[in-house]
Amino acid sequence: MTGRHSEDSKKNFALMRDRILEQQGKNYWRSLDEFVDAPEFEEFVSREFPQHAETWEDPVSRRSFLKLMGASLALAGLSSACVIQPPEKVVPWVRQPEEIVPGKSLFFATAMTLGGVAVGLLARSYDGRPVKIEGNSDHPGSLGSTDKFAQASLLTMYDPDRAQDFLFRNAPRSWDRFVAEMRQIIDQNRPNGGAGIRFLSETTTSPTLINQFRQILADLPNARWYQYDAHNNDNGLAGAKMAFGENVHAAYNFAAADIVLSLDSDFLDSFNVRYPRDFSDRRRVTLDKKDMNRLYQVETTLTITGAKADHRLAIKPSQMENFARAVAAGLGVANAGGNAGEHAAWITPMVADLRAHGGRSLIIAGDHQPPIIHALAHAMNAALGNIGKTVTLHEPIAANTAGADARTQIEGLRELVRDIDAGAVQTLVILGGNPMYDTPADLKFTPERMDKIQMRAHLSLYRNETSKYCHWNLPQTHYLEEWSDARAFDGTATLIQPLVAPLYGGKSVHEVVNVFARENFDRNGYDIVKEFWQGQGLGGSLRPLVATTTGGAATGNAPRPAASPQASPATQQNTNQNGANRGQNANTNANANTNTGGNTNSGTGLTNGGQATPLANTSGQGPSLNATTLSNSGSPAGQAQANNNTSATNAVIPPAAQGFENAWRKAVHDGFIPNTTAAPRNVAPRTDFLGQTAGLQAGNGNNVVEVVVLPDPSVYDGRFSNNAWLQELPKPLTKLTWDNVLLVSPRTAERLGLNQGRGKYENDAGAEEGTSFVSTRGGNLFADLVTLRVNGQQMSKPLPVWVQPGQPDEVVTIFTGYGRTDAGRIGSGIGYNAYEAITSNSMSFGLGEITRTGEQYELASTQTHFNAEGRDILRVRELEDYLAHPEDGHQPDVYPLSMYPKYEYLGHKWGMAIDMNACVGCNACVVACQAENNIPVVGKLQVQRSREMHWLRIDSYYGGDPNDPEGPHFQPMLCQHCEQAPCEPVCPVHATVHDSEGLNVMVYNRCIGTRYCSNNCPYKVRRFNFLLYQDWDTPQYKLMRNPEVTVRSRGVMEKCTYCTQRIALARIEAQKDGGRQVRDGEVVTACQSVCPTEAIIFGDLNDETSAVNKLKKEQRNYQVLHELNTQPRTTYLAALKNQNKAMPDYRELPRLSKEHGKEQERAPVGTESAPGTGSH
Amino acid sequence: MAQIFNRSANTIAKASIVGLVILGGVIFYGITVFARSSYITGVSIDRPQPVQFSHKHHTGDDGIDCRYCHTSVETSNSAGLPPTQTCMNCHQQIWSDSPYLAIVRDSYRDNKPIQWERVHDLPDYVYFNHSIHVAKGVGCSTCHGQIDDMPAVHQVNTLQMEWCLSCHRQPENFVRPKSEIYNHDWIDGSTTLEQRAQLSKDYKLRAPDMLTSCSTCHR
Repeated sequence: MTGRHSEDSKKNFALMRDRILEQQGKNYWRSLDEFVDAPEFEEFVSREFPQHAETWEDPVSRRSFLKLMGASLALAGLSSACVIQPPEKVVPWVRQPEEIVPGKSLFFATAMTLGGVAVGLLARSYDGRPVKIEGNSDHPGSLGSTDKFAQASLLTMYDPDRAQDFLFRNAPRSWDRFVAEMRQIIDQNRPNGGAGIRFLSETTTSPTLINQFRQILADLPNARWYQYDAHNNDNGLAGAKMAFGENVHAAYNFAAADIVLSLDSDFLDSFNVRYPRDFSDRRRVTLDKKDMNRLYQVETTLTITGAKADHRLAIKPSQMENFARAVAAGLGVANAGGNAGEHAAWITPMVADLRAHGGRSLIIAGDHQPPIIHALAHAMNAALGNIGKTVTLHEPIAANTAGADARTQIEGLRELVRDIDAGAVQTLVILGGNPMYDTPADLKFTPERMDKIQMRAHLSLYRNETSKYCHWNLPQTHYLEEWSDARAFDGTATLIQPLVAPLYGGKSVHEVVNVFARENFDRNGYDIVKEFWQGQGLGGSLRPLVATTTGGAATGNAPRPAASPQASPATQQNTNQNGANRGQNANTNANANTNTGGNTNSGTGLTNGGQATPLANTSGQGPSLNATTLSNSGSPAGQAQANNNTSATNAVIPPAAQGFENAWRKAVHDGFIPNTTAAPRNVAPRTDFLGQTAGLQAGNGNNVVEVVVLPDPSVYDGRFSNNAWLQELPKPLTKLTWDNVLLVSPRTAERLGLNQGRGKYENDAGAEEGTSFVSTRGGNLFADLVTLRVNGQQMSKPLPVWVQPGQPDEVVTIFTGYGRTDAGRIGSGIGYNAYEAITSNSMSFGLGEITRTGEQYELASTQTHFNAEGRDILRVRELEDYLAHPEDGHQPDVYPLSMYPKYEYLGHKWGMAIDMNACVGCNACVVACQAENNIPVVGKLQVQRSREMHWLRIDSYYGGDPNDPEGPHFQPMLCQHCEQAPCEPVCPVHATVHDSEGLNVMVYNRCIGTRYCSNNCPYKVRRFNFLLYQDWDTPQYKLMRNPEVTVRSRGVMEKCTYCTQRIALARIEAQKDGGRQVRDGEVVTACQSVCPTEAIIFGDLNDETSAVNKLKKEQRNYQVLHELNTQPRTTYLAALKNQNKAMPDYRELPRLSKEHGKEQERAPVGTESAPGTGSH
Repeated sequence: MAQIFNRSANTIAKASIVGLVILGGVIFYGITVFARSSYITGVSIDRPQPVQFSHKHHTGDDGIDCRYCHTSVETSNSAGLPPTQTCMNCHQQIWSDSPYLAIVRDSYRDNKPIQWERVHDLPDYVYFNHSIHVAKGVGCSTCHGQIDDMPAVHQVNTLQMEWCLSCHRQPENFVRPKSEIYNHDWIDGSTTLEQRAQLSKDYKLRAPDMLTSCSTCHR
């Protein structure tokens, strides 16, 4: 660093300090650059797009430009008349399945799992192609919504980079060869009980898979099955074992909790969307319901849960145990010890609050926190009487977490690596996962280690790092292509049914595992899953599900569950065999048509893509009927084409099995099996664990800092690396895309001299003066690169630094999921690999040594794009203040000030209300919008130029001091559909106009790309196709797109349409139904439907009773930029904070003036004794 | 120095200005005529189909209802093209050896769909829905012409936006009683003013400004 830089940095940090001291900083800000208001930042925001994006370096003179334009204009007129549509084929079915109506979508219940936990889904199928994922409203883990990963999983299914061939030593081989080879290995190993055979899978809760392994391990008792996920529930289980002496699975009921204390748990950014839903339900303050829960968040990295917290404390990982013990001691856990130290003032009032809400409070620990924290949380919940009320303890649901073989995943992995090192493993079958990438450094599956295994097979969606080092590569089916099952957060058994035959061939995990079965090793996934449930007694008395491969009796394939549970294994095998044969005969016909048929047809589908293309002929893996338009009368679970056969086979099924058949159809139709929640456990809390300690060490105050390793909010553990929707999804707090960074607090960054200057780029084009925290050069963000040494492991790639307000001092956070080498075309070669920093003893925390490299790296963050410049855009109010003065901030109706006559909406008048108190910033809506509306991905370079195409973005506004910020608060921002839209009068070609129902519509064909509308849009929600961003060539993506939405081309403006296609569909149905009006709730926009917290409500403003009108009548409702008199259709409900006045970090929120437009004042809430004074 | 332009240049200049305007007009007119020509719109152009299927024979002579084959016309955006099985319902019994039907039989036997040439092809940014038009009293022949008189189906209307709008602006002139929807011989505009008012009320036709909103057909 040169002298000039340090001077710059001093200047800038001094500026920030001044701002904090003077309290002149903006109330709410979105980036540190904005907070400091550096001159270059002002220049940046004065432009709509970054500087160098606008420069036109072509040496075309004005004259020749006009000449060219004139000619092209003339040609454009001519060509629009001359373009003849290419001839198109229409391809009907040969035999049309009776449920399929061309042009109509069907919805099928299925489920996705992450870390074993299932969330029920309804997948929309159009002409046999899955085109959109919705939540299953009946499923307890979904309640109709999903998270971002489930939304984006659609893109993964169609990903052309997926593994497509069965390979042996990189040469294509058939599945049959694999089966033959494995059978040979099993036969060779049978005398020694399969001693050399090992299986490694991801975390699974699938009852069918557990049962399959139970049978295999009974046959080959010396074989072993392990599970590994880098982000697992080891700590939770170990903590429960410490607290209760045995493994139990905790499920939380946020709906019953008035007070929540979260110890580093990011439960709002959860794949299981039930938690955020229950939490937000308790935050809906309406005219009738005036109480709201309170969240205390103690965390080591700012998360969206921390952002929503009423009180948030950033502490170091090494302080967490002491903190938790001090809270526990305060709550009456004997001998908890703990020394609150500097946090005593914070703990005392919180403990009092918790004690006042015994049985109505909830304490939850983060998955990555050490077991002792989980144990303390359980002890605290027990002390508060929460167990059985807000916390339910169940039988464990994940494999190998119950019974005699229970162990943590890391213990299992250690055992496996020990055996590999000892040369005891001859055959390793890896079922999913990517252990060569994501195992901890000391247990890393290195090439040397792998070489000790004679035969390695890998079943995987992608040909990833691990596949490249395995003899056999087996393409895996996506969950939309396979039959399977799994369990929800509360244990509810959930069925996964395919929507399409495997697009790229492939086998499910059940089919691969079945190869190792003693008999019937060529069954298909449908039979395996169905026969398991038949054996389980579905339709009669259901046998309890057990999450262990030992102990519980193996559920046979026998259709009659009564078949001698006490029989010896050998007898049972025989009965199973007979039963299975019979079952198989019954099902052979129904599934005669296997994958090959589907693939042949998909070939035709790819080339034509026309109407009624019989792509994915539902062969073999046929979806069952689940049209929402049809009644819930059950569904043919078999292949749709084989309906005749099904009825024929039904005839030979004994009457007892008929009950099963009905129950099975209902389960497939509903997507889950009712009354299968995990059995509750009644366990007594113990305190003998209190002698143990997590023993996390603190940093030394020099360049040794504490390190936190977290899953990336967008690509998780790396499994979504090749998903461009997720890569480009701005991460909730940094708004970064396409990269992972190292987070550091502003104070620590200053102390270590990180991101203090523009380094070697300072002479490049761009702003002249000043520096910032992430250097801004014409809007581009340059971050210092540092190297990191964690726990003695040097990370191989340098890490870009991001100064994150709210990060605890002396703590850096790094994210997994990047640094992939073989992810595919999207995900390879970006970011650093955080797994290099973890060891089996410390999977999430460590001590790190930071060294600056002097290099810089360009990042792409949308945080500074479309800046709001400190206007009255965000409203956050204290609950107490709001209840006392709900009418404050009233916005008068200034409509008459318009020049234009008022338009009477005789039919519908669509509008939207967004409750910012419910919104948790989880990003699910952004991906849902992208999937629904065929929004393209633009890539990192284009994001740097502010050209991202998301129609819906989530702005995050920080408040107060960057060292201890408030929030951020999240505000979803999309087209406001202004009644007096500023975009409309400036369009020279009438490409954006109002329709008769109040929508501000965008006519793509008229648009000539002047971008005047975007320029004039005060909300900055219009997106322009600067280049041909849409992939028009890849055939798979043609299948994926929503056929109801136009695919835009280059040079066209686009923006949120309020999902006009969904409105049109509902309108047409209503008009056909006797020309009635569309009822409330019939139109659900994509963002509304996915929202886990029901923050977005859409409906008819002309309908007095509609849900959206109800929200808009709330006093919290306000318009953004009301002073412009744009009369937006989308309005927002102010966020609320329910702070505890006794807390030391209680902060006075800015008060709203009585009438909007008057000066906002920062008068303390408590001193509201003389209303009407000052600016009131 | 001699004059470069002689006197007649003035007249030529004036004449050429007028001439250019006229020429421009002619060219513009030419373009509009060309844009509406069947070369562009495809009107009246026969498209060879893989099977010589005659609507005239099946509908006109045999009197088979439209909906026997186009099953989803009342429920979906697509009227639906019959699967091969629909052909075979009859042709397993009659003309079962006809060489004209070899392709149909092959399709049925090999499970390979017949690939027909699309005749009525709207641009991809137009979202036409058959079911709502049928439900609101627009008959088949209004758009498709007298199918029962067409051995090979060809397009009779331009399917251009001005043609769509001509009806969306005054739907009452084109709708017919529910019983006549599938009547090929119905003549549009044969209703009286009173009948039109009654139909408009019965069908609850939406106001023209609603029907001509961009979002009605484009998404």
